[in-house]
Amino acid sequence: MINDPVRLPVGHRRSASTITPDDLLATAADLLADGFRVALVAGHDDGEQLRVVYLFTAADPDRRVELHVPLDAAHPHVPSLAGLSFPAGRFEREMHDLFGVVPEHHPLPRRLVRHFHWPRGWYPMRHDAGEPPEFGDVDGPYDFRAVEGPGVYEIPVGPVHAGLIEPGHFRFSVVGETILNLKARLWFVHKGLEKLFHGRTPDDAVELAERISGDTAVGHTLAFCLAVEDALGLTVSAEAQAARGVLLELERLYNHVTDIGALCNDVGYGIINAQTGRVREQLLRINETVTGHRLLRGAIRPGDTTLRRPPDPGVLAGIAADVAEIVDLALAQSVVRERFTATAILTRAQARDIGTLGYVARASGLDTDARRDHPSSPLGPAFAVHTETGGDVLARFTVRATEVQTSARVIAELLTGAGESATEASPRPAGTVPASGVGIAEGWRGTIVHRVELGPDGRLSRVKVVDPSFFNWPALPVALTDTIVPDFPLVNKSFNLSYAGNDL
Amino acid sequence: MSVIGGVAAAGLQVLAVGAGAPLLIGVMRQVRARLEGRVGAGVGQPWRDLRKLMRKEPLSPRGTSEVFRIAPLILVATTLIVAAVVPLVTTASPLDSVADLFAVVALLTLGAVALALAGIDTGTAFGGMGASREMTIVALVEPTLLLAVLAVSVRVGSTNLSQIVTSTLDDPARVISPVTVLAATALAVAIIAETGRLPVDNPSTHLELTMVHEAMVLEYAGPDLALVEWASAMRLTVFLGLFAGLFAPWGIATSGSVAALAVALVVFMIKVAVLGVALAAGEVFLAKLRLFRVPELLAGSFVFALLAVVASFFLA
Repeated sequence: MINDPVRLPVGHRRSASTITPDDLLATAADLLADGFRVALVAGHDDGEQLRVVYLFTAADPDRRVELHVPLDAAHPHVPSLAGLSFPAGRFEREMHDLFGVVPEHHPLPRRLVRHFHWPRGWYPMRHDAGEPPEFGDVDGPYDFRAVEGPGVYEIPVGPVHAGLIEPGHFRFSVVGETILNLKARLWFVHKGLEKLFHGRTPDDAVELAERISGDTAVGHTLAFCLAVEDALGLTVSAEAQAARGVLLELERLYNHVTDIGALCNDVGYGIINAQTGRVREQLLRINETVTGHRLLRGAIRPGDTTLRRPPDPGVLAGIAADVAEIVDLALAQSVVRERFTATAILTRAQARDIGTLGYVARASGLDTDARRDHPSSPLGPAFAVHTETGGDVLARFTVRATEVQTSARVIAELLTGAGESATEASPRPAGTVPASGVGIAEGWRGTIVHRVELGPDGRLSRVKVVDPSFFNWPALPVALTDTIVPDFPLVNKSFNLSYAGNDL
Repeated sequence: MSVIGGVAAAGLQVLAVGAGAPLLIGVMRQVRARLEGRVGAGVGQPWRDLRKLMRKEPLSPRGTSEVFRIAPLILVATTLIVAAVVPLVTTASPLDSVADLFAVVALLTLGAVALALAGIDTGTAFGGMGASREMTIVALVEPTLLLAVLAVSVRVGSTNLSQIVTSTLDDPARVISPVTVLAATALAVAIIAETGRLPVDNPSTHLELTMVHEAMVLEYAGPDLALVEWASAMRLTVFLGLFAGLFAPWGIATSGSVAALAVALVVFMIKVAVLGVALAAGEVFLAKLRLFRVPELLAGSFVFALLAVVASFFLA
């Protein structure tokens, strides 16, 4: 290793070192070779200078390494890591759009987050960005890759869709019905969410974290609170940890059940959707008794988590049995099985190279789950990571159906107080300024990572949110190659990626 | 029968089909909802939808031509003509000579083609996509449709639908034959495909990329959409009525008496309702086939129709 930097412990299983841009490539290459993945890249505007923080994480044992790269504000250039890690290249494009940090020798230096109508050279996350400028048509037409040849035509879909979903534009290049190329154009709804966190106290920011992605209230709030606790050195009682585990699984339950029905509905098997709709409603009512909110808001706070009334494990076991029966009925219908099987295969190599997370990764044979890799709640014998090797719609469906069963058992186990506590005192140098924290939680879509920095006044000076959808979106067009157009909605639903969590 | 009586009878058929078709759709949706454990919107919902659509202002997309505007009218007109001439309630339509097997199938196809042209005329990707899929299916369905009815017509020696029905009424025992089973199977699949039901097309989807019929008419709104929806419902009714008439013609009036017509009307409604309920109930247990599997299904039904024709010659 060149110029082995001094790694200071800065938080829970986390060390940080400050390096120069010249050392970045070699250090990052070493970490990636050592089994780390790029979990988060965040720009920071420290006034005098800009700073880029690269967070690398690894499992077994849980390790987190930060690289801080200070940059001259007048010439913010970093060497691109895109050649080493695909997700890093995406983070760099995001950072370029928001902070104006230029990734050198990036293979695809196009805008990512920056809206079509934002003026060039306006970097909204800089301190001096000011109010958002008026929208104007300033950036020319969007550069879709044109596929040419006899019989090739384009199907533009969206950004406004027939169903009640968020905006995304899909451009299919098609010959006959076979998809040759798909470009998913997202980023229509940038909300400036990360900046909204700035200046809030951590307690005041919880309500924002709960609303990052409506269906992942628990996942994001938990990651945020873990990050705040890491920064402040707060310890969480074993009961509160167990309560968090219960909430995380309740969220997984209702989302998985919804999508199991939606996948069947997309192949015209409506009766399954009607039945999962019934089960989903039961789960939402349980959510309401547990937290006072059907989408599980309001229970998790920094340092604490309380349940109004714990869910009844017997009822949940009944629901799990119900879901198992519904899943069996769905897969017993040969047309449903035929539609799911071998549709939109994402190979293990593709899933790994793109850096996919959550059930998308597990359905392609990647054994990744933050509940085990970066534990924050007690884990008992009921917990298991389920992987499939098919990488097709059926594999993603099966992984989620199995996780429903696991979640119900995990909740029962957490309520009886079994399992090892994940609490552990982390070494922390006193007076590190700015205090920083990292929170990692396995939401139902996959691994959510938050990184916070707190100013001397105890207010949030920077919050970086990473939803698993940011990693998984590029996998969708890859999986869709050579799939036929009428299968797209089914495939899209099998990934079920978040627009809100992706475009912050 | 007098010409006036025949006109009245034909008018009765048109009225029954026109007023009853949305109710048939309503019944089918309601059956499906109840079987799936849902409450359902009620039998009258399709009529309420049509009323709502008729009250809206007519809109047509920029750049569309007369083809787009005329298509719903052609669709409705052809369906109404078929409803008037096909022996649904009576065999005594004044347009008896038009009630020829080939003419009826051609008229129904004309409506489908008009709609496909309108889909292409919009110039949108969905219109073209839906039209291309619909034409693929129509091209595969029409031969089956013709062959299946031809198989039934062989023993009568005429392709006139009224004569087929009358002949069956005169000698009911002839229906009980392998030809009927083969032809009925082929015709049932063809009707399901032609009217865009599961497993070929999903009439209740909101996913524009999977649609066949719905993608083609995606640009229609207001009264035009009402016409298209109404005509689609009538096509289904006519097809089910034709199916019932060919294989179980009992109750169809051959005389012009008011009593016979009244009985025939009630029997017609019961037969179509039974077929519709059976179709809806069957759909609950079906999922939509992958688009590329649809030709396999239709090829299978074509083989059935072909066998029916061959068998009808050997068994004649």
